[in-house]
Amino acid sequence: MKIKLQTKKLNVWYGGIHVVRDFTIKIPEKRITAVIGPSGCGKSTFLKALNRMVELVPGARVSGKVILDVKNIYGKDVDETEIRWKIGMVFQKPNPFPKSIYENVAYGPRIHGMAGKEKLRRIVEESLRKAALWEEVKDRLNVSALELSGGQQQRLCIARTLAVNPEVILMDEPCSALDPIATTKIEDLLFELKKNYTIVIVTHNLQQAARVSDYTAFMYMGELIEYGRTEEIFERPKNKKTQDYVMGRFG
Amino acid sequence: MKLKTRKRLYEELEDLKSKTMKMGSLVAAAVEEAVESLVRRNVRLAKKVIKEDDKIDNLELEIENKCMHIIALQQPVAKDLRLIGSCFKIITDLERVGDRAVDIASLTIEFAGRPLVKPLVDIPRMAELAVGMLRDSMRAFKEEDSLLAQGLGERDDEVDRLAHQVTRELFSYLIEDPKKISDAVRLILVASFLERIADHATNIGERVIYVEKGKRVKIN
Amino acid sequence: MAILISLSITGYLLFYIISNGARIISWDFLTKPPTSGMTAGGIFPAIVGTLLLVTLAIAVSLPLGLISAIYLVEYSSKESRFVRLVELAVYSLNGIPSIVFGLFGLAFFVKFLGLGTSLLSASLTLSLMIFPTIIVTSVEALKSVPDHFREASLALGATKGQTIVKVVLPAAFPGIITGSILGVGRAAGETAPILFTGAVFYMRGLPTSIFDPVMALPFHLFVLGTEHPNISKVEPIQYGTALVLLLLVLLISLVAVVIRHWYRRKRRW
Repeated sequence: MKIKLQTKKLNVWYGGIHVVRDFTIKIPEKRITAVIGPSGCGKSTFLKALNRMVELVPGARVSGKVILDVKNIYGKDVDETEIRWKIGMVFQKPNPFPKSIYENVAYGPRIHGMAGKEKLRRIVEESLRKAALWEEVKDRLNVSALELSGGQQQRLCIARTLAVNPEVILMDEPCSALDPIATTKIEDLLFELKKNYTIVIVTHNLQQAARVSDYTAFMYMGELIEYGRTEEIFERPKNKKTQDYVMGRFG
Repeated sequence: MKLKTRKRLYEELEDLKSKTMKMGSLVAAAVEEAVESLVRRNVRLAKKVIKEDDKIDNLELEIENKCMHIIALQQPVAKDLRLIGSCFKIITDLERVGDRAVDIASLTIEFAGRPLVKPLVDIPRMAELAVGMLRDSMRAFKEEDSLLAQGLGERDDEVDRLAHQVTRELFSYLIEDPKKISDAVRLILVASFLERIADHATNIGERVIYVEKGKRVKIN
Repeated sequence: MAILISLSITGYLLFYIISNGARIISWDFLTKPPTSGMTAGGIFPAIVGTLLLVTLAIAVSLPLGLISAIYLVEYSSKESRFVRLVELAVYSLNGIPSIVFGLFGLAFFVKFLGLGTSLLSASLTLSLMIFPTIIVTSVEALKSVPDHFREASLALGATKGQTIVKVVLPAAFPGIITGSILGVGRAAGETAPILFTGAVFYMRGLPTSIFDPVMALPFHLFVLGTEHPNISKVEPIQYGTALVLLLLVLLISLVAVVIRHWYRRKRRW
């Protein structure tokens, strides 16, 4: 099992508060890894540390390593903007730009000078197809993205992230603002996407983590308590805290 | 009808069904071979049947794990849940049938060499019916065909009738020639095993109806 | 009750000016220069002058104001003392009476920098006056762009600069424009700042360079009403000038309102 992303003793502080503690984990390539845990356990912060988005929070401090393939993304000679398109992120509340559908998807490639006009058109189409949105919007690419439904907007955000050809996709509770049907569509989409991308998803929805992921990490008070194949975590967890949590005894 | 959503669940259920089908066909083959080994007094074939039962037992365990797995991870409801619950029971029935096949094969080995107390007519007939029922019950399972499942009842009655017939005949032989008692008893056992096999097939049929309709209907 | 009072006062004002000034408005009035000692002819140069002043004023204060606003909103920390000081300064500047700007303009642009009584001095003074308006409205417009747009852009690997130029500014654009237009409207109507710095009552022809003085509507009105030797004769011209100025300012405000309305309909966040 090839490891795509790993952390070594990752720590994050917000001011004086120690939010993520000594987190060491190996995330396998082209699989879906879920991070679960009760509210406030630090899972969103952990996720943001994986693509250096955590640095945007005033007062945030990071120590330890996050290694993509073989390179530490917090290294001295690393350009964080490059890291951020290689490790893309989809947020809890869909946040398409107030531009047309086309412009939203083309934004990333344009910024990075990735393509000329013709190629850009193809990238947009391909990304929308990969995000299972093409059929629904192909006739109205110039319409404002804000006219789409919540589920469609979230798929648009996924297409936007795919357009820059990332290696890893991070998702922070991507379905919590969506209705059940939109959620199912996104889960099915993830099942397809994992063939080509490594996905890390933070969710407070245990059933979703069970349905969707191959590996699950249980996090509590900033620490990694247990990590393993999802069926192990949900059928035979080794740690009592993990068992209590997945059984719904607390959190 | 292919589902448009919940692809992962759909794939897991398909895998479950195909594994269960495989177990069914292994078991049906075991019964056929066991009876054939008896009819032709082929000890080698009998030994093969006994050895291959391990495969059947392992498959049962594998399928059971898969059922647990799907329940834990996919939260199936309604028909999907009934399917999984039924699989648990169907594999138990199949495993028992496998054991009966082993029992028949063991009897073949015990008979070894000696001529049969009477030419076998009804027993192969029973075996044909029982294996047919088994195969049809699995087909009903695969195709969600309640009607086919329901139809198993008729053949089950026939198998029961034949079983009684065989038993009566063998008793009359027994009375004639008490030295043949152990052989006769063995054949009576074979008949009862085959009757049990037919019952298991109707159990499977009942499960199929339950999955499709949500109701429990007695077939035999 | 209070609404009724203010509405009726405004109404009366408008009515008064319109009735007295309407009869003199004609194509000639708007396009020909004044003649015979301002007692006849048109106010064309004054209109042109006002437009020139206002254009130059906004050309200077919009970029400066916008850049300052961007710095305040996007680059500085919200709690820094410097930011609070700047905010204080800007708000105070907003409240300074326009005559003070005029005097400052005289002392600084006209005398100290030696730019003389000119279009340049006057528009620079005006730009100083509307600078706080521009900053305040731009800051509001920028702040009203939700953070999650910025987050999304940064998460795609854009730099802060790219994010501001390609996402924040386009989204804040209508608000910034509205602010600019309001600034323009204010600049068009002020007399005091241009009083000593560039406006003249009469000049031949139109200004040929930015160092020339200009005629302007509010100034024109002021002089016609106070210093002209033949007051009764120029009375109709007074009203006409007032009306033109009023209409100009109303038109500008209307444009701002329309843009704001269209903007509110379009935005969905």
